Amino acid sequence: MKVLVPVKRVIDANIRVRVKSDNTGVETANVKMAMNPFCEIAVEEALRIKEAGNAEEVIVMSAGPDKAAETIRTGLAMGADRGVHVNTEESLEPLVIAQLIKAVAEKEGADLVILGKQSIDDDNNQTGQMLAALMGRPLGSYISKIEKNDGGFAITREIDAGLEDLQIASPAVVTADLRLNEPRYASLPNIMKAKKKPIDALSPADLGVEVKNRLEVLKVEDPPAREAGVMVSGASELVDKLKNEAKVI
Amino acid sequence: MSILVIAEHDNSQLSPGTLNTVAAAAKIGAELRVLVAGSGCGDVAAACAKIAGVSEVLCADFDTYAHEITENTAHLVKANLDGVSHVLAPASTFGKALIPYLAALCDAQPISDISDVVSEDTFVRPIYAGNALQTVKMSDAVKMMTVRTTAFEAADAEGGSGTVTAIDDAGASDVVTFKGQNLSQSERPELTSARIVVSGGRGMQNGENFAMLEKLADTLGGAVGASRAAVDAGFVPNDYQVGQTGKVVAPDLYIAVGISGAIQHLAGMKDSKTIVAINNDEEAPIFQVADYGWNEDLFTAVPALQAELDG
Ligand SMILES: Cc1cc2nc3c(=O)[nH]c(=O)nc-3n(C[C@H](O)[C@H](O)[C@H](O)COP(=O)(O)OP(=O)(O)OC[C@H]3O[C@@H](n4cnc5c(N)ncnc54)[C@H](O)[C@@H]3O)c2cc1C
Ligand SMILES: Nc1ncnc2c1ncn2[C@@H]1O[C@H](COP(=O)(O)O)[C@@H](O)[C@H]1O
Repeated sequence: MKVLVPVKRVIDANIRVRVKSDNTGVETANVKMAMNPFCEIAVEEALRIKEAGNAEEVIVMSAGPDKAAETIRTGLAMGADRGVHVNTEESLEPLVIAQLIKAVAEKEGADLVILGKQSIDDDNNQTGQMLAALMGRPLGSYISKIEKNDGGFAITREIDAGLEDLQIASPAVVTADLRLNEPRYASLPNIMKAKKKPIDALSPADLGVEVKNRLEVLKVEDPPAREAGVMVSGASELVDKLKNEAKVI
Repeated sequence: MSILVIAEHDNSQLSPGTLNTVAAAAKIGAELRVLVAGSGCGDVAAACAKIAGVSEVLCADFDTYAHEITENTAHLVKANLDGVSHVLAPASTFGKALIPYLAALCDAQPISDISDVVSEDTFVRPIYAGNALQTVKMSDAVKMMTVRTTAFEAADAEGGSGTVTAIDDAGASDVVTFKGQNLSQSERPELTSARIVVSGGRGMQNGENFAMLEKLADTLGGAVGASRAAVDAGFVPNDYQVGQTGKVVAPDLYIAVGISGAIQHLAGMKDSKTIVAINNDEEAPIFQVADYGWNEDLFTAVPALQAELDG
């Protein structure tokens, strides 16, 4: 079995983002970047499947500019076997990304594609679902568990009301939720080894995909700020304020 | 042209978020239709027909839709898009899985989690865990989106007089099989629509201590939530998680107990009307968004608050 893991380069989760003064986006110059946390979980799961003897190869791919290769390298340092970089300077919407991933998945003959459930920059939560629809393959969204079996995969999904179990056929597309696993750190020897692992570079055109965006971002603004509140020093003061000032109880 | 809202329900009850989604649809304008896919879901369809402003309910009542299998619902919706300009669903795990899948089937690019409607093709949505608001203009013929339900007042559940039309089964996927569910049972109000939410974080130390918050929530008629740290530590189940990657809540009153206030947590609760924070670290970032901060050990503060409320 081959596992494909699409990963995205995003602003590090610990950075507080700032909206640009011209309201065209957020400040990205000189900001620390990292692999999207949900993608790390996806890579980790692929590696565990391989380590359990259920996969021969783990391929990490990313679509984006030159720097996206660094994020692929992070996946290789965690233990993935090789990388595919769809190199483009254009901004990409989830539908186009899903088209690119589909092309790579078909080219590589992937039996399982594991994506993150959500990128923490655009907070789209779309690409995996779109990929499954484009490929006409089963979708396991928001999974917290996956097991290979004869029929394909037994998965557990995290849904708003609790947990749900599905059986899905192979090949399949799944998206990783937070509790799927705890991703490993890349060790120094593995970081060194990763430098020698191959990364194929392709363009969207090589994959037969036209980058056609449908959305136009008109502006990006700061959310309304909350006014500073007050400190209370005891239960009676708090209850009094909730009853008589905020009028919420 | 009409706007199609996909109802979320458990075959007997409509989710409260569907009413907020209808409200967002009404803000776009035009004629409102609601699609109900389920099994034995007649009561839900009838309830939808009564929502103020809804003119037609499309009801697919078949075994195929007994559970919310994304594939099955998406193919059904796709088969019912005649004359439809917009498709909206609540930004719950149901809607967030469905809408992108449906959009890709229809070669459309959806948008997630709209928090405001500017015009029929332009919408506002939070990005970066709510640290920025993006205004986006859509160009697809059928515009598809999920709705941040807390950002819209619920539509009136009564007052409408829509018709209910039965629609055909669009067929079940043969590659996805439902195996079972393990749902949290609770007598308390549902987290995302509760008027009061009491949430606990890592500071709670263990699951047993959450009993204090449950008691407080019951006294106030509220729901119980948690930070990711509390969920990860196994204090409470995953469906309690509030935040960027959990549930978004905006109750009248949010009480954060032993929660530091990481941006990912704030993303899920900072639009609450009144925020109370109980934390023994005066530097905790949660105090920056709290209307009422109480710098105290929670094991002292929560029982004192309970006693005060019990009178
Ligand atoms: C991709 C990603 C997504 C995430 N999504 C979410 C999300 O959706 N929701 C979410 O909540 N988090 C999310 N997080 C995690 C988030 O960054 C924080 O780690 C988490 O919110 C911390 O939870 P906490 O406040 O309970 O724990 P901590 O940060 O450890 O804070 C515990 C607080 O309790 C206080 N405390 C301890 N003991 C007491 C006491 N006896 N009395 C009073 N106060 C006490 C401490 O002073 C401290 O402020 C996400 C992180 C990432 C990277
Ligand atoms: N540019 C990209 N290249 C590769 N994978 C991506 C890219 N963008 C998103 N993904 C994948 O899709 C997931 C969900 O992203 P999103 O739909 O943007 O929230 C991510 O966690 C990645 O697994």
